[in-house]
Amino acid sequence: MSDLARRDFLRAGGALVVGFSLRNAMAAEERALKPGPPDPKQIDTWLAIHADNTATVYIGFAELGQGASTALLQIAADELDLEMKQLKTVRLDTSVTPNQGGTYSSASINRGGPQVRTAAAEARQALLQMASKKLDAPMDRLSVSRGVVSVAGTPNRSVTYGELVGDKPFHVAFTGSAPVKPPSEYKVVGTRVPRNEVPDKVSGKYVYMQHVRVPGMLHGRVVRPRGQRAFGAGAKVMAIDESSIRGIPGARVLRRGDFVGVVAENEWDAVKAARQLKVTWDTAPTLPGSAGLHDHMRAAKSTDRMVVEKRDVSGAFSGAVHVVSQSYRAPYQAHAPFGPNCALADVTSDSALVMCSTQDVYGSRNTLSRILGLPVEKVRVQYYEGSGTYGHSCYDDVAQAAALLSQLAGKPVRLQFMRWDEHGWDNYGPAHVGEVRAAADAAGKIVAYEYQGWQHNWSGIETSAQLALGTPPTEWPGGAAQQVNPRACGGMYAIPNMRLVNHQIPGKDYLKGGWLRSPLDLSFCFASEQAIDHLAYLAGMDPYAFRKQNMTDAHWIGVLDAVAQAAQWTPRKAAADLSGAKVVRGRGIGLGTHLTSYGAAVAEIEVNRETGRVVAKHMYGAIDAGMVVNPGFVENQIGGQLVQTASRMFKEEVTFSTTGVTSLDWNSYPILRFEECPEVTGVVVQRLDERSTGAGEEVMAAAAGAIANAFFDATGKRMTEYPLTPQRVLAALRG
Amino acid sequence: MAKELSIRVNERPFKVASAPDTPLLYVLANELQLQGPRFGCGLAQCGSCSVLVNGVETRSCVTPVSAVDGKSVTTLEGLPAWYAAQKKLAQSPVLHPVQQAMIDEQAVQCGYCFNGMIVKASELLSKVPQPTEAQIRTAMNGHLCRCGSYPRILKAVQRAAQTMAEVAR
Repeated sequence: MSDLARRDFLRAGGALVVGFSLRNAMAAEERALKPGPPDPKQIDTWLAIHADNTATVYIGFAELGQGASTALLQIAADELDLEMKQLKTVRLDTSVTPNQGGTYSSASINRGGPQVRTAAAEARQALLQMASKKLDAPMDRLSVSRGVVSVAGTPNRSVTYGELVGDKPFHVAFTGSAPVKPPSEYKVVGTRVPRNEVPDKVSGKYVYMQHVRVPGMLHGRVVRPRGQRAFGAGAKVMAIDESSIRGIPGARVLRRGDFVGVVAENEWDAVKAARQLKVTWDTAPTLPGSAGLHDHMRAAKSTDRMVVEKRDVSGAFSGAVHVVSQSYRAPYQAHAPFGPNCALADVTSDSALVMCSTQDVYGSRNTLSRILGLPVEKVRVQYYEGSGTYGHSCYDDVAQAAALLSQLAGKPVRLQFMRWDEHGWDNYGPAHVGEVRAAADAAGKIVAYEYQGWQHNWSGIETSAQLALGTPPTEWPGGAAQQVNPRACGGMYAIPNMRLVNHQIPGKDYLKGGWLRSPLDLSFCFASEQAIDHLAYLAGMDPYAFRKQNMTDAHWIGVLDAVAQAAQWTPRKAAADLSGAKVVRGRGIGLGTHLTSYGAAVAEIEVNRETGRVVAKHMYGAIDAGMVVNPGFVENQIGGQLVQTASRMFKEEVTFSTTGVTSLDWNSYPILRFEECPEVTGVVVQRLDERSTGAGEEVMAAAAGAIANAFFDATGKRMTEYPLTPQRVLAALRG
Repeated sequence: MAKELSIRVNERPFKVASAPDTPLLYVLANELQLQGPRFGCGLAQCGSCSVLVNGVETRSCVTPVSAVDGKSVTTLEGLPAWYAAQKKLAQSPVLHPVQQAMIDEQAVQCGYCFNGMIVKASELLSKVPQPTEAQIRTAMNGHLCRCGSYPRILKAVQRAAQTMAEVAR
């Protein structure tokens, strides 16, 4: 598609761009004449001032329902001395928005905040220089309120930002040298501004990816086996009987390698055709099956690495008074976005426009360019929010699939995954085996700690590329979030002797893996925080007091105290009050993190000893994420993390046979429902003078530990595997 | 070509072009370009696609459009007018009280499930104006949320019930 055609395309879809004024859509369109990323060293890349004295901030982070798009504007509002209603942002687009890297690892505020802040400060400085000339007054006599610059003492001598640059470029280099405001001058940061996009989300005006349509498009669906096999095995077509969809007029089969899809003008025809098309797949067994999974993992040939080795672990264990040693197991869990991923692609012989819900538009552009065989600057990727993704769900896969179908069909193709595609072909959060040993002295001081973890890395390619191109099933190099993590595994305690060992197993023999919100941390803290808790029990101490006496870091102590206070924690030993009643209650406490920030949680649960059903009644979570731009957003994030953790600890488990995944919908992969949902309390430990760190993940691991410890408090039994299904609970209670 | 179907959506008649076995959801999304009902599972398990059919919450992903022939369909977009008609208000509000309460409680995260949540809660409050917490939880139990927004949705439904009681007085 030529640049001109691309302009027309944007216009054709322009009606769909809701939430931004036409003027902003036009401004974005002008920028879009040149493929991105725009030069990050220019102020114009980051923001534009309009004639009506409003501003557009170009942000490279995706709104995922976490409030990032509003929070980043709060930062800009303070630096620019504008009100929130004077600020807008635009959709992520490789031709429009800067490349700030992907929206993952809770990076929006952590990494994006400082960039937006310094760019806004530098723009303000440039504006003040212009105002100084215009008003003929030195810069230090100027003050700004709501975008109106006035001279101290003579308020009638004033000029607006809009009058200074209105819709014209700054043409000023972004050096990062303009001073930013001290936190004491923040007016908007730290306050509970409501989220910009919420009114449209409740009225039905918000344009989710699933709503986007363009003229002349076809509807597509992929055709795959129901439920993936081993990552290394992919899927193999033995035969396709195209006559099986002869009765559906207008439906066409498209194929490249083992990638099979159907397209039709009518969506329902595409759905029916995908369901009806007879494909014979290779069904040879390739998986260990979920029942024997953990033994298989433990027996696998692993690549071992010493992550931490501190002082004399063996010696410390042999001299200790209290010792715990236990193996714990965690399942594969699915992202399972509530609305399956969707993408719309228009691929021509020399260009491509792909609209999708990627968390990284620039990263996806690179991959799409390779798959389509087009130069990267000829590929444009636009972000539309889908339903919550919580990490690497199938958004890249569906974008690649839509692009492949469009290339094959020669027309724009809108493709939404079916429920079984999303559940069955996810990049699952990897399963884990954790073996923990920990020891304390007679005074309840932790003296030794060892964690050994087994899991595989994330898969490095998407299913569509794997099937279409025969791309080999590569894995990610092991990063911090894919292996035993020293911060989550015992790192919150001051322990003199430590050993952490990572055992990486071959991912090709298992399910596709990917980052699922707080990757591996729930598994780590389910294991590690139970071991710590059990030491407290053996030492005859209250679990909160025991933790506190083994901590020295003020941030960790701060969140632990905050959550204990919110939950009105009263000191007593765990499992000191066991009852024979049918329904027993327990409370537990836990600490956890992801890579940054500090999380703590308390869970109050009920266990039905006859049915084995466990329900969380009230959960508390505290987070220290440095400077929190909007405490309301973070409280909402904490609430979500607590509920999602309850879901993952009680319900969620990907099941599979030797031939494929069998948990393909909400019945076979149940999640927490309304009736079982706990009350939640979120506490933000605000530190305005510290840099912002992530706030979207860190309470989850703490909550996993708290739930497990509450179970022990209620029953006197340790759960060694989650989810805590009735069957597992009854087995533990009998044992 | 089968006989042309005529359905009422948000109080307006509409002639359906799709085949009669087409699920109502695809007609609402593709022929009427409505954004309230949306695909979640296609299996009536999640509530993403919910609409009201003659005031009763219905999963549009498994309801053939022929099944609503001659019936009145209300989507998220039509809830304010549906509420105004029920309450005999002179003018339709911009938002149904449940929608407004979702904003007031900042209950939303990704918001994809909110179509079903709002439709179901509106149905509940039309039948049980002052539900207990347990009644709300039971009524909403067939609607899933993946972000974990249930606690704030619960508060919003309670708030909406209160608002509606005040309107009634």
